[in-house]
Amino acid sequence: MEQFLAMGGYGGYVWPSYLLGALVLGGLYLVSRGELRRRERRLRALESRLESGGGRARRRGEHEHGGVAR
Amino acid sequence: MHRFASPARFLRLAGAVQPWLAAGTLLCLAGGLGLALFGSPPDYQQGESVRIMYVHVPAAWMALFVYACIALASASLLVWRHPLAGLFAKASAPLGAGFTFLALASGALWGKPMWGTWWVWDARLTSVLILFFLYLGLIALTNAFESPERGQRASAVLALVGVVNLPIIKFSVDWWNTLHQPASVSRLGTPAIDPAMLWPLLAMAAAFMFYYFWLAILRVRSELIDARLRALHRLQTEGR
Repeated sequence: MEQFLAMGGYGGYVWPSYLLGALVLGGLYLVSRGELRRRERRLRALESRLESGGGRARRRGEHEHGGVAR
Repeated sequence: MHRFASPARFLRLAGAVQPWLAAGTLLCLAGGLGLALFGSPPDYQQGESVRIMYVHVPAAWMALFVYACIALASASLLVWRHPLAGLFAKASAPLGAGFTFLALASGALWGKPMWGTWWVWDARLTSVLILFFLYLGLIALTNAFESPERGQRASAVLALVGVVNLPIIKFSVDWWNTLHQPASVSRLGTPAIDPAMLWPLLAMAAAFMFYYFWLAILRVRSELIDARLRALHRLQTEGR
């Protein structure tokens, strides 16, 4: 095990590069998914607010912009 | 392509392929990491440090591939005005920047033990650094305008201008003297790399490729929701 971690003396270079890979790819995934969830929440909130408030505006909006995110 | 250019169709298709792309990423990553760390031999010259290659080379391939995708999307945004093309380019830029950063950083970590230096200002390394700055420029320019459409068109022009950098990166190792080794997989004829090292390399490259399309689609979905949010906001303020 220790021998495996040492990577023939190159452990200090090999492991940081794998760790960086995990951080970059994992980080981009978490940021992207977080942003998607946040926007979905905001859309749901806004849609329900429009539904209770301006029913006419919403229907018109769907007609005009319905293709955008459906 | 027109058939997939409608956002509604795109969202249906995205919902169908996303789980497969995620599964492909994880499967190839598991296989690739297993082979890269356990199943492949140390190099006869570079010893165990050669294992950095399985992160470095796929990341560098993706850095170029993602840029080529952005350039294609930018061209179809400017020529055919596909709204999805602009969103795809916008969604891709941070991913490309991530891959490029990973290629540069893992390259430095490989260069230190093998070349004795973290960095040299030779053509290959410098042109990839320029690619990284191009990605950052695309991200900044896309977000620099009040109207998202104008931002996407401006950064599409920059993306097409920056295409000149791709052949420079690819052929830099042949055109100029460098510490960097030339291509060994995509040589004409047989690759100059042993199958025991080629397979983990290809598995990791496949994992990165699946990952890119998985995240790009997720990010385009996110952009579509943002566009709808903006449209509803506009409607709400106009309705008052």
